[in-house]
Amino acid sequence: MEPFKQHTGLVYPLNRTNVDTDQIIPKQFLKRISRQGFGQYLFYNWRFDKKDRPREDFSLNFPKYKGTSILVSGENFGSGSSREHAPWALQDYGFKVIIAPSFADIFSNNCTKNGLLPVVLTDAEVSQLIKNAESDSYHLTVDLENLKVYDDKGFETSFTIDEYSRSMLLNGWDEIAVTLTHEDKITEFEKHHVVY
Amino acid sequence: MTKPKTIIEKIWEKNIVHEEGNRAILYIDLHLVHEVTSPQAFEGLRMNHRKVRQPNRTFATMDHNVPTKDITNIKDEISKIQMDTLRKNCEEFGISLAGMGHKHQGIVHVIGPELGLTQPGKTIVCGDSHTSTHGAFGALAFGIGTSEVEHVLATQTVWQAKPKTLNVQFDGKLGDGVTAKDLILALIGKYGIGFGSGYVIEYTGEAIRNLSMEGRMTICNMSIEGGARAGLVSPDQTTIDFIEGREFAPKGEAFEQAKQEWLALASDEDAEYDKTIIFNASEVEPQVSWGTNPGQTVSISDLVPNPDHAKTENDKNEIKHALEYMGLEADTPIKDITIEHVFIGSCTNSRLADLEQAASIIKGQKVHPNVKAVVVPGSRSVKVAAEKQGLDKLFLEAGFEWREPGCSSCLGMNDDIIPPGERCASTSNRNFEGRQGNDARTHLVSPQMATAAAIAGHFVDVRTLA
Ligand code: SF4
Repeated sequence: MEPFKQHTGLVYPLNRTNVDTDQIIPKQFLKRISRQGFGQYLFYNWRFDKKDRPREDFSLNFPKYKGTSILVSGENFGSGSSREHAPWALQDYGFKVIIAPSFADIFSNNCTKNGLLPVVLTDAEVSQLIKNAESDSYHLTVDLENLKVYDDKGFETSFTIDEYSRSMLLNGWDEIAVTLTHEDKITEFEKHHVVY
Repeated sequence: MTKPKTIIEKIWEKNIVHEEGNRAILYIDLHLVHEVTSPQAFEGLRMNHRKVRQPNRTFATMDHNVPTKDITNIKDEISKIQMDTLRKNCEEFGISLAGMGHKHQGIVHVIGPELGLTQPGKTIVCGDSHTSTHGAFGALAFGIGTSEVEHVLATQTVWQAKPKTLNVQFDGKLGDGVTAKDLILALIGKYGIGFGSGYVIEYTGEAIRNLSMEGRMTICNMSIEGGARAGLVSPDQTTIDFIEGREFAPKGEAFEQAKQEWLALASDEDAEYDKTIIFNASEVEPQVSWGTNPGQTVSISDLVPNPDHAKTENDKNEIKHALEYMGLEADTPIKDITIEHVFIGSCTNSRLADLEQAASIIKGQKVHPNVKAVVVPGSRSVKVAAEKQGLDKLFLEAGFEWREPGCSSCLGMNDDIIPPGERCASTSNRNFEGRQGNDARTHLVSPQMATAAAIAGHFVDVRTLA
């Protein structure tokens, strides 16, 4: 996994709450057996019409959001199905950071395990960012080392993330390798643990 | 005296391998695998030259992609690849697989309990959010992502933060015609789809004690729809009776030993929870979801909500958006909503008891001519058992289709897709946009309510049927 330290990018505002993983990547695209190539199907039912043509009225298709890498959305982002295809699709499309007032548990987990950073800000901050990004071409910097989010116009705030996810992301660690440094403990545990 | 503990704390402590601050490496006792969320995990193992640590604590089946009309005819080439990939991966890594046509094949959350693999006190994971279903047995069971599937395959553990505990206490008795499905829908309808976030729920109270294991599974299944990663019920005699004699359950002496340990896992009296919700089960009516998330649910005697009565601007927009997608007018009586499809199945409501309940409403009547109704048993064993009782004939004579086991119309990943703009009364757990097919409209209901709607062509209150 690529280490994540700091990122500056164009913000895309998705002004919806409870965006679920069925929306992020509809199930008809879950059939691939590799991790790559899901970006083209991101938000498919919103981005494309029945004949698979891009819908001009869906904001992600607006030219001004081309090249976006920071998604800002409403509360409970990533609810529903545990499919890791959702972070894969967001990442493959080019997103590096997702900002929302809250995330669904499994989704947030799945993000950090893939080097995609979920940032929790307050409702008011998120509304402000959405407004900025809707009206203008708006860039933000997200700094995981110092836990700050800021723009070049004076907006600045801090965020928290659990220390474990933070060090995984900062170092780009492979979690299995980390766990296997405790392999002797697992072996010891298995000797006494009863499973019927 | 030791401090009283909840079952959640007891299981957690029993399975910790290593702790770092608030996080721990938790040992996994049972890992269930299906074809959709596993291919990339096995690919990762191969790339890093890793093995499956405990193939005998891993069990695989096929469900999401299964064609339920004719299992020998997989029309979708990519579905076929996904299923072949699982077969090859299981062979390569030495994992038991109940593949297509196997006598144990079925929806992963139906077969675990049915085979006796699901037991009290176990930590159970699967790359599927409805793994919470297994919590009905007093297991700590939760869904994981594919990276975690790979992690469990390689290490038989996952990293977890110690969960907060939420006691949902259902007081009182369920009324006639009201089921476990209505109870959980009513709870989510009242508290929304985020109330359980960050918690493991323990369901307690008189209404839970009186439920069958099937009913408890329905409740735990939908814990994730309330935002909780897991939900469970302390084991009691009902739990023990269900497990005894099942294929992978301990036998004889070992069963007696296990039974004592299992019963001792139940939450201690006076155990403290981080939060408690008390909910009166006796007031619950049959439920019908009207919107595009499971929290958008009302009682059968209610009207479709009106956005103008919403408390916040945000709620107003959400209701508007949902009504538009669902093609519904505000203030329409739920009973006046007509449907074109009925789906009885999914890991929420496809067990033998669910099918019996659904069939009990038929009473010689026929499916409405405008409705296409399908019954999909959750597993091959359910199908065989139902046929032994003649349920298949009851359904077929009434005009239902009777299918092969699988996830089917719960999600449009196979041939069983609800067409755009059409409306389905479904016993499944999610009514998200596009869940049952592009632009398909889903109303979540109990099995009885589904049958009643199939016959009437619109929603009816099962309590009013003679
Ligand atoms: S029946 Fe539906 S919810 Fe259950 S495992 Fe299958 S797709 Fe998921």
